[in-house]
Amino acid sequence: MMWEILVQPFADFGFMRRALMGCIAISVGATPVGVFLMLRRMSLTGDAMAHAILPGAAVGYLVAGLSLGAMTIGGLIAGMAVALLAGFVTRVTALREDTSLAAFYLISLAVGVLIVSTRGSNVDLMHVLFGTVLALDDDTLILLCSITSISIFALAILFRPLVLECADPQFLRSVSGLSAMAHFTFLALVVLNLVAGFHALGTLMAVGIMILPAAVARFWSVGIGALIVIAVSAAMLSSLSGLLFSYYFSLPSGPAIILVAGLAYVLSLVFGPMGGLAGRVFPRRYLKT
Amino acid sequence: MTCALEFQDLTLGYDRHPAVHRQRGEIAEGSLTAIVGPNGAGKSTMLKGVIGILRPLEGRIAFGGLTRSEIAYLPQQSDIDRSFPITVADLVAMGLWREIGGFAGLQTAHHARIAEAIAAVGLEGFEKRPIGSLSGGQIQRVLFARLLLQDARLVLLDEPFSAVDVRTMADLIGVVQRWHGEGRTVLAVLHDLDTVRTHFPRTLMLAREVVAHGPTAQVLTAENQFRARQMCEACAGPPHTCGRIAA
Repeated sequence: MMWEILVQPFADFGFMRRALMGCIAISVGATPVGVFLMLRRMSLTGDAMAHAILPGAAVGYLVAGLSLGAMTIGGLIAGMAVALLAGFVTRVTALREDTSLAAFYLISLAVGVLIVSTRGSNVDLMHVLFGTVLALDDDTLILLCSITSISIFALAILFRPLVLECADPQFLRSVSGLSAMAHFTFLALVVLNLVAGFHALGTLMAVGIMILPAAVARFWSVGIGALIVIAVSAAMLSSLSGLLFSYYFSLPSGPAIILVAGLAYVLSLVFGPMGGLAGRVFPRRYLKT
Repeated sequence: MTCALEFQDLTLGYDRHPAVHRQRGEIAEGSLTAIVGPNGAGKSTMLKGVIGILRPLEGRIAFGGLTRSEIAYLPQQSDIDRSFPITVADLVAMGLWREIGGFAGLQTAHHARIAEAIAAVGLEGFEKRPIGSLSGGQIQRVLFARLLLQDARLVLLDEPFSAVDVRTMADLIGVVQRWHGEGRTVLAVLHDLDTVRTHFPRTLMLAREVVAHGPTAQVLTAENQFRARQMCEACAGPPHTCGRIAA
């Protein structure tokens, strides 16, 4: 009975299987990036980058209609441009990263909204903002899986410089010239995964699958490897249950997935053993010395 | 005796204001030198110039055959994120960066050296602890262990003992003396003149310019200290003479 509830929708409908596969690809690719965003206190950077991608996708749409390639390339160009400009301004001028990034993403977002509202219909805007996880075609799935593979591979190679760039940036700069490279490659990975995410979940919801599982993991573990494993598992489970909820209750899938991840976050917040609220209300006895 | 560093009319500063002005002099290879002077004398600035964080406004530093990767630097306030989930052993291992770089794996021999460095600073048994659980003195020990593995020919320490207790300081001075014994060049910014007198054979007294440089007993005189304070105070109040545009 339970088994049927869980499996039947995916056995019966191809679009559900595709949606699940797309979401799992995004979970595996984007969530580890989200863990690093959290550890670097850059969670809101993910949000800013998601907004920055919008005009690129909109221009791609205007040029070629609902074309996978054009919207992907447009989003990548807009996202990379904002990331590089903000990084450049931070490293060369007196402005800090948060402000320079905010400045560029706001400009980018205004351009995006302008383009979409003058030339497109509201339906198109909804597509870009909220994605179409239930209408993923073969090309999109291949794109999502490719981006995930690139992302995992790049993170594996860059792992040491990235960890050191988070833990002790001054030291990394004193021993190696990899600091800037690690930083910009990481930002590129953020953009790449957000572009993958927006095809399925939309530009705004894509950040959710990146950040929320990372925040969940934070309450269950402290080691970086464990954080990544827990976050990816949480993202996959949220995708699965979100899709089932949206199937049985006729809810839009993107927000349903993110809301399940949000529920997991709230539960972790309350019951998580590493600094959760329950530990605060019922403190364990201190250890005898 | 060859020189490890030579300052050639070195001027360093922030936003056009010089903090170190026309410094000249040499640091001999293998010497153990304390850098002393009042606050704002340019001691930390000088170390930042040597490691290359600050570019000279004027003049230059000549390195006697040293490459950048042979210099290790311990900043005054390290911007280590102590909430980051990294263990003592992993952080210390990063001292091997020059050998393993960003990508190569750790060999058995590396693990042995990491354990040895941790033992040398008295932190056996702390290998698996996250750095967030350590006290200030223990963090300083971890950073010294990392410096040990960096195997640098020139070690720059910026107020390394400013927030540690007597016991920790004694242990860490032992590490500094081990470096001195191995023929490495050590430059340390210090405030406690008793420590300088007891453990540092040479002293460089700074007050934006070099006040005195030589054997510690000859440098740490009351007369020199008075002169250093006067030179710094002359530059402190507005409109100060150091605000002139350099000729």
